[in-house]
Amino acid sequence: MINQIIKLTQIQKFEMCFENIDIDTEYVIVRPTYLSICAADQRYYQGKRKKEILDKKLPLTLIHEAVGQVVYDPKNEFKKQEKVVLIPNTPIEDDDIIKENYLRTSLFRSSSSDGFMQSVVLMRRDRIIPIKEIEESLGSLIETVSVAINAIENFKQKSHKRRETIGIWGAGNVAYITSLMLKKYFPESKIIVTGRNNEKLSYFSFVDQTIPTNEFTENIKVDHAFECIGGTGSEFAIEEIIDHINPQGTINLLGVSEEPVRINTRMVLEKGLTILGNSRSGYDDFKKSIDILQDKQIQNYLHNIVSEVIEIKNTNDIYVAFDNDINNKFKTVMRWNI
Amino acid sequence: MNFAGILAGGKGTRMGKTELPKQFLQLGEKPIIIHTVEQFLISNDVDKIIIAVPAQWISHTKNIIGKYYNNEKIAIIEGGSSRNETVMAICNYLNQNYKLNDDDVLVTHDAVRPFITQRIIKENVEYAKEYDAVDTVVPAFDTIVESTNNNTITNIPIRDYMYQGQTPQTFKVKELMKTYESLNDEEKKVLTDAAKIYVLKNKNVKLVMGESYNMKITTPYDLKLANLMIGNKVNDID
Repeated sequence: MINQIIKLTQIQKFEMCFENIDIDTEYVIVRPTYLSICAADQRYYQGKRKKEILDKKLPLTLIHEAVGQVVYDPKNEFKKQEKVVLIPNTPIEDDDIIKENYLRTSLFRSSSSDGFMQSVVLMRRDRIIPIKEIEESLGSLIETVSVAINAIENFKQKSHKRRETIGIWGAGNVAYITSLMLKKYFPESKIIVTGRNNEKLSYFSFVDQTIPTNEFTENIKVDHAFECIGGTGSEFAIEEIIDHINPQGTINLLGVSEEPVRINTRMVLEKGLTILGNSRSGYDDFKKSIDILQDKQIQNYLHNIVSEVIEIKNTNDIYVAFDNDINNKFKTVMRWNI
Repeated sequence: MNFAGILAGGKGTRMGKTELPKQFLQLGEKPIIIHTVEQFLISNDVDKIIIAVPAQWISHTKNIIGKYYNNEKIAIIEGGSSRNETVMAICNYLNQNYKLNDDDVLVTHDAVRPFITQRIIKENVEYAKEYDAVDTVVPAFDTIVESTNNNTITNIPIRDYMYQGQTPQTFKVKELMKTYESLNDEEKKVLTDAAKIYVLKNKNVKLVMGESYNMKITTPYDLKLANLMIGNKVNDID
C-alpha cells in the first residue's frame, strides 16, 4: 500500500510524501493516534541545529513520542486495535553491558531514522508495548517518562545511598516528569525544584519545595542533582549545582545543549562529584514507565502538562501545532488523523 | 458491520494501447488494486472487503490477490454493466451472505484511487452512521464553466460552492438498495452516480474532504504521475 509520510524538507517546510510499503512482513503495522512535539523536533523545524547537521539529516520525518493502535499484525500476536507505545530507539546489535540507547549503532526515530509522522508505521515487534490502562491521549508522554526512568535507574545504580534531598534544576516538561518520577521512586526524599519560570514552577505541587532561581540561597544543599534545562542555560545550572551539592553527590544531566558547556572541574574534583550523562531510553525503561503510569493519580499529573491537543488532518495543521508549541507552557499533543 | 466495496469495473479500453485494465497496472512494485485494497485491509473501520470486477477478470483478480495474501476478509465477485449496477451487485452479495442490519455501512471506492487515506475511510464510516450518505470531495480550484450546448457558456457557477467528487461514497446498505429499487429504468440509466440519486430523493449527503492526491488513475499521464509520487523513475515504467 501507499503510505503517507510527512517530511521536514527544509526549515519550517513540511511536505506530504508517499512510499510503498508491504503489509505482510515480520513487522507490525501501527497507526499513530497521538504524537507529541519534543524540543528536539522544534530545533529541526526552526533550523536551530547546525547547518551541516540539517544538510545531512533533512528531509526527515519528525516526532519520536507517539502512541498508536495496531492495525495489522501478520502473525496475529498483537490484537487489532491494541493500544501500544512506539519505542523510538531501535538497536541493531545486542550488548550485555551497554544499554541499547547508548549503543552508537542504534537508530533513533526523528534523528537517524524517520520519525512517527506517518499514516502508518512499520514497527519491529520488540519496539511496541501495550499501554494497558493508560489513557491513549497521554500515551505520547510515555517516551518522556521513559527518559526520566532511564536517568533515575542510572542514578539508582551509580549514586551513594544518602538521598535526603534531591534537587531538580528546570521547570519544563523533563523537569516536571523527572520530579514526578523521583517522588515515586524515593517518597522519603525531599524533592526540591528550582527554575526561572514561577508560573511553571507552580505546577509542581507534588514536590516538597519549589524555589525560584533568584531565591536559591547559599544555605540550600542537595545530596544529588538533576539538570533538566539544556541549551545555554545548562552552564549556569551546572555551576549552581556544583555550588549547592554535597560532596560525592551525583549530577545527572538530562538537558541537551547544542554548544559545548564549561564545567568547573576544580570543584568537581574537590567535591568528588559524579557526572552522569542521560539520553533517550530503551525497552526496559518503557516497560517500567507503563507499569508506573497505570496509577491514575500519576496520569492526572501528566494531564496537567498537556498544554494543547491539536487535531491533525493535513500538513497545514502540523504547522499550527509546531507554531503553537513555541508559546505553549508544556506539551503540545497532536491527535493524528492523516 | 462495515463493508468496503472496491469498484474495479474497468475493462482496459481507455488506457492507450494497454490491454490490461488500469486497476491491474503496476504502480511501483504492485498492481494499483493491491495498493487500494491494502488500505482497506488495515483499516480498523472496515470488516469485509468485496471487490467487484468484470466476469472475465475474476480469475485474474483472485490470482493477484492470492499472491499477496490469503485473507478471509476479502471476497471477489462479478460486477454489473454500469457503476450503479456494480454497486448493486455488491449490495446483493451482502444481502445474500450476511444478515444485514439497518446501520450496516458500505464504503464504495474506485480501485484506481490507491492514494486513499485512513482518515478518509474513517470519516466516511463515521458520517454514514449520522447522515443518509457520504460523498468524498475536494474544493474546486479551477473555475467551473457550464455549457449545455457544448458550444457557448451557459453558466459560471460560484466557485466557492463547487467541489470535485472523488470516492469513497458511503451508504447504509439496506437503504441504498431500497432507494435504488425505487427508480424506474429510465432514471437508473440517467443517474450514473449513487450520491446523485440520494440528492434527488432529498436525502442528506454529507461531504467528507478528500485529498488532492486521492487521484483517479485513468490515463497514462496519471500513472506516470502516480509513479513519480511514490518515487519511481518514470523511465522505469515506460
